[in-house]
Amino acid sequence: MTEQLSVEHLIGIKGLSKPDIELIFRTADEFKAVINRPIKKVPSLRDITVANLFFENSTRTRLSFELAEKRLSADVVNFSASSSSVKKGETLIDTVNNILAMKVDLVVMRHPDPGAALFLSKQVNTRIINAGDGTHEHPTQALLDAYSMRERLGPNFNGRKVAIVGDITHSRVALSNIYCLKTLGAEVMVCGPSTLIPKHIEALGVKVSNSLDEVLNWCDVANMLRIQLERQGGDQDVAFFPSIREYSAQYGLTLEKLNSLEKEIVVMHPGPINRGVEITSEVADSDQAIILDQVENGLAVRMAVLYLLASQIERN
Amino acid sequence: MRPTKLIDEVQFQLIIDRLAHELIENHRDFSNSVILGLQPRGIYLAHRIEAKLKEIAPKTDIRCGDLDVTFFRDDFRRREKPLNPNATKIDFIIEDQRVILVDDVLYTGRTIRSGLDAMLSYGRPRSVELLVMIDRRFSRELPIEPKYVGRAVDSIEGQRVNVQWKEVTGKDLVELHTTL
Repeated sequence: MTEQLSVEHLIGIKGLSKPDIELIFRTADEFKAVINRPIKKVPSLRDITVANLFFENSTRTRLSFELAEKRLSADVVNFSASSSSVKKGETLIDTVNNILAMKVDLVVMRHPDPGAALFLSKQVNTRIINAGDGTHEHPTQALLDAYSMRERLGPNFNGRKVAIVGDITHSRVALSNIYCLKTLGAEVMVCGPSTLIPKHIEALGVKVSNSLDEVLNWCDVANMLRIQLERQGGDQDVAFFPSIREYSAQYGLTLEKLNSLEKEIVVMHPGPINRGVEITSEVADSDQAIILDQVENGLAVRMAVLYLLASQIERN
Repeated sequence: MRPTKLIDEVQFQLIIDRLAHELIENHRDFSNSVILGLQPRGIYLAHRIEAKLKEIAPKTDIRCGDLDVTFFRDDFRRREKPLNPNATKIDFIIEDQRVILVDDVLYTGRTIRSGLDAMLSYGRPRSVELLVMIDRRFSRELPIEPKYVGRAVDSIEGQRVNVQWKEVTGKDLVELHTTL
């Protein structure tokens, strides 16, 4: 069993090995126990300072990272682009170097541009955790998704069938999930209207379907992605599907569809939910949905990632 | 150099029997006392003593848990190898209980210091006592002393005390290794 991550930064799931992911899961098991105790804090990172740089809006991920850092006793500074000098024209490297000059050990960054985390890891001297870079990757989300599946269905992913439904083209969650699940040995099928499925995605070793019924009958787990209304065309005035109502009729998960299946499947959603669009309220609140478990596990998984990366930082 | 045998299998069992009797002398029916074994190796001693106590006094309800101190250690990022956690299994609250902390070897006292911190996540104990199989005297870096001792060993730097457990290696044995 490996004791240390093979990477210095968490830029994406691509680049992580199966032992890396299993080490994160084992460590997260212990942190999950910690966050369910009467006293939820441990002193491990008390001499580490973490900067959370959010160049794009986020509620859940940001809160989850901040809480994870505080539960580990790290010092935390927060930064959001909307209230900063980025608005005054400062470059990314300058912004980050200014923050690092204040002796920060670890950076958690979300950025609207794909590749921002990788770029930064090559330009500045600190550890980076990618909290989402544009349409590229969102590694901690994929880790917490897989961790939640492991918790519900057991540690062996071989032959497990996972469906990812929705806007695959614009989803960093989908890409990270595909890498993560394939590394662990699961089978993956993506589903959505053809306009929202990237060309040549089969090259990643996934199956493709345009029929939700087919996918639901095949899978053990259905991960229903949010329709990202902010990424649907926007200024170019391109529509990827005729209307929300039509999308919902074809790709929305309803209780009737769920009950018509022969087996009981696990329903996941990375949040925030558009109730009544990709998933109905009855499904989101049903026993088959593990949406709130995902949020709790997100905290444990992020604590594990922070702990394992921080343990590599040398003391001066 | 070949290791020196400090405790053989027979003595090993005698020591556990004696420690169990000492505990009963001080804790009687264990109604307000709990045993916490420190991960990774203190848990074997803790469970061995728990089993012995149940044998001596079958009617008493002994509560025994495993405590992992990894996240509370003071040498995080100061050692070559990373610190990987073990499971903590405590299904009771230690608030106002008399806690008996159990470990196999007491050396610098730093693990016990972390254990005292880790324990506080489960409440404020009325009192804490320390029980160890081997007390390596004269090597303490913190003011921590055991109340119950299996065997006191006077060792010098460079020597290493190795406690083997039936559960792990198939035999109960304590050896002193010397590297010169």
